[in-house]
Amino acid sequence: MPEEHYLNATYGIRSWLLTTDHKRIALLYLASVTFFFFIGGIFATMIRIHLLTPQGYLVTPETYNKLFTMHGVAMIFFFLIPSIPAVLGNFLVPMMIGAKDLAFPKINLLSWYIYLVGGGFVLYSFATGGLDTGWTFYTPLSSVYSNSAVTPAVIGIFINGFSSILTGLNFVVTIHTMRAPGMTWFRLPLFVWAQYATSIIFILGTPVIAITLLLAGLERMFHLGFFNPALGGDPILFQHLFWFYSHPAVYIMILPAMGVISEIIPTFTRKPIFGYAFIAGSSIAIAVIGFLVWAHHMFLTGESTYAALAFSLLSYLVAIPSAVKVFNWTSTLYKGSISYDTPMLYALGFIGLFLIGGLTGLFLACLGLDIHIHDTYFVVAHFHYIMVGGAVMGYVGGLHFWWPKITGKLYPEFLARMAAVILFVGFNLTFFPQFILGYLGMPRRYHNYPPEFQVLNVMSTAGASILALGYLLPMLYLTWSMRYGKVAGENPWPATGLEWRTPSPPPTENFDVTPVVDWEPYDFKNRPDLGLATPTGPALSPAHGDD
Amino acid sequence: MHRTGELYGQFQTLEQQKESATLGMWTFLITEILFFGGLFMTYTINRHTYAQVFAFSSRTILLSWGAINTVVLIGSSLTMAMAVWSAQVGKKKLVTIFLILTLVLGTVFLGIKAVEYHDKYVEHHIPGLNFDMYYCTNNPSVCHLDDAALAREKKELKEAEDQSGSQVAVNAHSQLFFSLYFGMTGLHALHMIIGAGLLLWLIVESMKGRFTAQYNTPVENIGLYWHFVDIVWIYLFPLLYLIDRH
Amino acid sequence: MTAISGFFGEVRVSEHIVSPKLYILIFAALMVLTGTTYFAAQVDLNQYFAALNIIVALVIATCKAILVILFFMHAKYSSKRTKLIIISGFFWLAIMLSLTLGDYASRSWDVH
Repeated sequence: MPEEHYLNATYGIRSWLLTTDHKRIALLYLASVTFFFFIGGIFATMIRIHLLTPQGYLVTPETYNKLFTMHGVAMIFFFLIPSIPAVLGNFLVPMMIGAKDLAFPKINLLSWYIYLVGGGFVLYSFATGGLDTGWTFYTPLSSVYSNSAVTPAVIGIFINGFSSILTGLNFVVTIHTMRAPGMTWFRLPLFVWAQYATSIIFILGTPVIAITLLLAGLERMFHLGFFNPALGGDPILFQHLFWFYSHPAVYIMILPAMGVISEIIPTFTRKPIFGYAFIAGSSIAIAVIGFLVWAHHMFLTGESTYAALAFSLLSYLVAIPSAVKVFNWTSTLYKGSISYDTPMLYALGFIGLFLIGGLTGLFLACLGLDIHIHDTYFVVAHFHYIMVGGAVMGYVGGLHFWWPKITGKLYPEFLARMAAVILFVGFNLTFFPQFILGYLGMPRRYHNYPPEFQVLNVMSTAGASILALGYLLPMLYLTWSMRYGKVAGENPWPATGLEWRTPSPPPTENFDVTPVVDWEPYDFKNRPDLGLATPTGPALSPAHGDD
Repeated sequence: MHRTGELYGQFQTLEQQKESATLGMWTFLITEILFFGGLFMTYTINRHTYAQVFAFSSRTILLSWGAINTVVLIGSSLTMAMAVWSAQVGKKKLVTIFLILTLVLGTVFLGIKAVEYHDKYVEHHIPGLNFDMYYCTNNPSVCHLDDAALAREKKELKEAEDQSGSQVAVNAHSQLFFSLYFGMTGLHALHMIIGAGLLLWLIVESMKGRFTAQYNTPVENIGLYWHFVDIVWIYLFPLLYLIDRH
Repeated sequence: MTAISGFFGEVRVSEHIVSPKLYILIFAALMVLTGTTYFAAQVDLNQYFAALNIIVALVIATCKAILVILFFMHAKYSSKRTKLIIISGFFWLAIMLSLTLGDYASRSWDVH
């Protein structure tokens, strides 16, 4: 391990709280998003315990409404949306492009503080009456009739939006202007392409949710009438404005995870990714087409049949670039030299679970079918497959993949692989029964259900306890590895990419000398500088933490 | 604390730094288009639904103030552009003069807005605060309505009642107009106040002679912000003041 | 001046200095357009064509905006990338407006 690196270059709490080093800021975010993951997880636990019995014995119906609302708000706005961009993106984007930092390091730090302030308002809302409107804040319930702490919550989410916007702005400018010499767009790692596409959505979408929640908050505070039918307002207008951001938001959650998978798969198949340009292009395509499908959330709330038709068609279209990625990842595996390291287990799990989640999205995009499964557990299962089976597995897999670079240590491999399997099993046991429940007609956001659905609900809760273990184990052994893990070395996997040419952990300025790039990405054959196979030499096997 | 004009550590060259700053400002302005855009969307739907009430409500705002403000603000864009030019050709004193002119014009704009808002307060046209479209016809002297204007307004209120259904509905629907009026011009005014603050900083820095032909990025980028705020008003004026003046 | 390689070819970071004469000309044009929109609002154009008043007002406003963007904000002399970013912003707003209005407009097409 190097003597001086970004973690020990300066000491003291001020050197962390006032840092402008993108790597330290990434760790600040890691701590805060993990905190909100816990908060959201506690609500999820209470939901699943409550749903063990048909009548629900844990909480009152009103409290149940608050549980699923707060679970959604905490997880979506304060965990999923920032997770990969603010943790892995912040850490890696400058290194992957050969830069010393992002274009605006102070704004990067400001983003984190804005996130904290927004989170503070939302926690205040949770503590002073909670929130019972659903994370979707539909009006006029949220703007008029709800007796819960809506106003601080919308203020908090409004403020948090600026954290996202500034992060996206930082990434876009950085990727445009700070690439090292020779790092052309088509030599960029696909993770960077994914962050760029995500940043487009941050920039173009987030301002709309900001103004929308601001209007809903003003309506609530001053009894205005934008979205209140009693005063001539229009709830459907709220939904249009809300979903204009919130649908692209789901692509904010999945695109970075796809970027992680695109880095892991070539590394553990030891060959270049299949169809680089198509994966890069499909990221942009998803970001763009993702803005054209929002009203598929409104098929049953009052939009015109013709609008529904148009949005249904567009929703089918947006699946195509995602499918392109799945085909390309799978083709990369073909005839590759596959090793089942922990990150690879997460990546393979991602592909399967994202496939199920994505395809079930098409079920929902079908108008006739949606009439039956809208607002049922089918929807809940669909989005958890994508957000948990997809995005969270991408995040955890990415944390494992870059953990040696971030900390300089290796985690215990056997335990990590076990945890990945436990997570996968627990996840499927939790959410697959929910597809069936939804198909059979169990509505979502209901505190009770008909007795014939109990077996599947119990299965789901049992799965959730296994899933919880799957999350807990990495939290424990990753923390353990920071102190007791084996030293990782510069490039343990080995992987291509500029970040793997630096010591682990890297120095504060990332590179002593700005690299000049003259190689193609994922070129596993011709990189002796990374200890990768030359045409004449033997292949090197990756290091493991507990060998 | 960095002096303006120095190379920040994360950049390789001053060119890169300038390019990043300008690209950053343009990207930020795009977010502002979408931010205001949500308000424009809300306005569009509501104006379509309540066309007559919106037209009538718009007529209660003094057109001349809006027109003067439009001229003032576009004028301030001219002086801002001249400030950038002055920096580009190295006329340091002119930079300060044009920046001060811009700030003065911006302040005039805000002053007129304050007058307008006060008028609306007097006429009970502020949503959520004893809003009542009928206040003026019941108190014509307070609202400076002469007999002809009073008769016209009573007639328009009657037409509005036919459209909306009742007096309560007329109040509700015109409150929508005024909510949007205050929301849109208020958000715009907030951006102008922030812009004024930025101009103050620019003025102070320019008086220290910091902006030269080699380095004038802050003037240019804050100029971009100022012009954007002008463009928002260019749309607000016809949408709020010129709905139906015939 | 350095050239940095970009997605849209070389990005030349160079200055094109717009002359005060041009600025004043643009300002004059903006004043003319402001006057036009002011007076057009006093005339009932809707009798000639549905919604002509608002169409005229928006067209004039857009012309003014274009002049400010091109000349005061130097977009005419900026890189292709800058132009693309500007167009994207307005295009995305257009997406929001058009698809939402499409919903409202097509409500009456339903048979019942």
